[in-house]
Amino acid sequence: MNIIITGLISGSMLALLAIGFSLIFGVARIVNIAHTAFYMVASYCIFVFTVKLGFNSVAAMLIAVLVVTLLGLLAYKFLINPIREHEAAVLIATIALAMIFQEVMLLIFTGDYLSVSSLIEGYFQILGVKVFYQQLLTFGVALLILGVLWFLLMKTRLGLAIRSTAEDREVANLMGMNESRLAMITLGISVALAGFTGAVVVPLAVLNPFMWMEPLIMMMAVVVLGGLGSIKGSFVAAYILGFTEALVVFLIPKGAFLKGSIALSIMILVLLIRPEGLFGVAFEEER
Amino acid sequence: MKKFTFGWNVLFTVGLVLMMCFSAWGAGTIKIGVIGPMNFMQGKGHWNGALMAADEINAKGGVQVGKEKIKIELVKSDSNEFLNVTDATNAMERLMTQDKVDFVVGGFRTEAVLAMQDIAMDYKKLFIGCGAAHPELCLRVAKNYDRYKYFFRGTPFNSGFLVRTCFLQMGYVGELLKNTLKIPKVKVALVAEKAIWVDPMIEAAKGVIPKMGMEVVGVWRPSATATDVTSELSAIQKSGANMIFTVFSASVGITFARQAGELKIPAVQVGINVEGQKDGFWEATKGMGNYILTMDTYVHGVEYNDLTKKFMDTYEKRFKETPTYTADTYAAIVYSLVPSIEAVGSLDANKIIAHMENREYVVPSGKIKYYKDAQGKQTHDLAWGPGYLTSLGVQWQDGKLVGVWPPPKWKMDANSPELNYKGIQPYKIPPWMHK
Repeated sequence: MNIIITGLISGSMLALLAIGFSLIFGVARIVNIAHTAFYMVASYCIFVFTVKLGFNSVAAMLIAVLVVTLLGLLAYKFLINPIREHEAAVLIATIALAMIFQEVMLLIFTGDYLSVSSLIEGYFQILGVKVFYQQLLTFGVALLILGVLWFLLMKTRLGLAIRSTAEDREVANLMGMNESRLAMITLGISVALAGFTGAVVVPLAVLNPFMWMEPLIMMMAVVVLGGLGSIKGSFVAAYILGFTEALVVFLIPKGAFLKGSIALSIMILVLLIRPEGLFGVAFEEER
Repeated sequence: MKKFTFGWNVLFTVGLVLMMCFSAWGAGTIKIGVIGPMNFMQGKGHWNGALMAADEINAKGGVQVGKEKIKIELVKSDSNEFLNVTDATNAMERLMTQDKVDFVVGGFRTEAVLAMQDIAMDYKKLFIGCGAAHPELCLRVAKNYDRYKYFFRGTPFNSGFLVRTCFLQMGYVGELLKNTLKIPKVKVALVAEKAIWVDPMIEAAKGVIPKMGMEVVGVWRPSATATDVTSELSAIQKSGANMIFTVFSASVGITFARQAGELKIPAVQVGINVEGQKDGFWEATKGMGNYILTMDTYVHGVEYNDLTKKFMDTYEKRFKETPTYTADTYAAIVYSLVPSIEAVGSLDANKIIAHMENREYVVPSGKIKYYKDAQGKQTHDLAWGPGYLTSLGVQWQDGKLVGVWPPPKWKMDANSPELNYKGIQPYKIPPWMHK
């Protein structure tokens, strides 16, 4: 029971991050290494608005999501879009962006560890296992976001456009779609998802300017395991790795620090058998 | 336009010349390099302590060197050692070659301090380490005195003594649990971040705790930066532990204390939690870190001796926070370095070292004496135990950090002197343990 509950909750947190990362890669093939740095910035925004300025937690979270979305759009306009055709350059530029965010946070907030209050305090018990209400909220939000994303992608004109572009960028362009604008919108959605992740996860985490590094590795592992660009794949892979981490802690407590490494080993094992990942998406070749 | 460009060029050149001349301004001063991770609490402590020391000495006219009074000039050096050891060595190299300091105080992370130590030794500069606890720093002095004699440990006492202090505190709390809660045999969970400096402590704990009449129920090693330890806490609760021996120096200390407090895990936390020593811990854990006990050097209201209150009051008034142990750069300058310079009347490192080695003197955190090893070789390592340095056990009690160990009239053994530090409060068992 411990393993099931812990696995579900940590899997949800990973899924929240990985879905946003996967979305922008699937649509625009932008490998946004700064994705978790946006999550870090959102977390600090929430800290400033709640602890320093005394805003209501929910209002602070919404403002934080808006701030990082705006930051994401600016980053796309002035940094990513001009070099989009050079994938390696995008990769390096987004790493640089993440480092800039880190250094700015370090300058403003120093390296001291900070934290914010939970949206819902306290815990409840399921079959003897104590679970925070905040964890339950995170689990719920992960499912909700997936539902909203599904609706957006499958039931709206914007979703249709995003899917078409993901399928074949050049044909989408020829059909009159503004591919660049779509990529920008998708990046905005993706970064907003990182902001939402910050909003729901940060009450459980400790804020510091380097908090973007650890989830970055696990998030990328989830995306690769699930299949590059596959949202469904990211969702499933997040829970696989979440359960693996929970299993490691319960079965080998002395090796609890190995939970990340073991999860990554499982990813490698799966890739050896199925190189495109669990739900790999085939992209059109460059013409 | 030409005039404008020319004007800027002149300004730039003058600025450049001034910058290059900057080190020359320091002529006629004693230059002390203060090295540490300046963006972090530890580095801020290094700098604040040194600043207070320099201001205090300069206000009296400076250091008496022979017939001359010379003022102290501090050089701040950010080692960035938490993130990059190379940055730390570069910072030390810069202190030696560009800033041309006479002495250095500071350093925190053992891996970085070992590297910084070598550079200071290359330049034969006296370096008082104020942060790293690894014994190797002083073993090097004994092994190769001619090279490493320029290094002295300023704070804390070495990690072997740190763990012995932890065991004494665990024994004290264990007895309280036995007597108050009628627990016949206290069960202990060992929880330590995954870091090399912790490994020998965990091995020692596994051997010593059963000899103390307590039982080890398991060892958990989360990552030093883990942001969720609910799995570990679930397993610890299932193990039936009454006490958790914690060894944390990084952010996991906040995560663990916060989540354990929020889940009301029925086990007391005793050990080292560096984050728990900071004023910001209560806010960082949102009050959930209540009742944790951690080893610490300074806590408001507790006095080791007559010097403690004066140091604490001045520091707290000036910097609006409780000093961390790295702020002992103050003691390193005011009580170690300067009296030796004045006694020998020279800035010659060899003369100062010879004087420092044979002194015994009081500092705000106890009494300093430098050990010799079994063969009588100088180690420049700090003496530990009643009468010298012992540190404190401090506990968070409803938003306030209070000193709870050593309890009044405490004796380590029949032959040791009795300790009575002013301001010690009774240890509190978390109320949810009484159920």
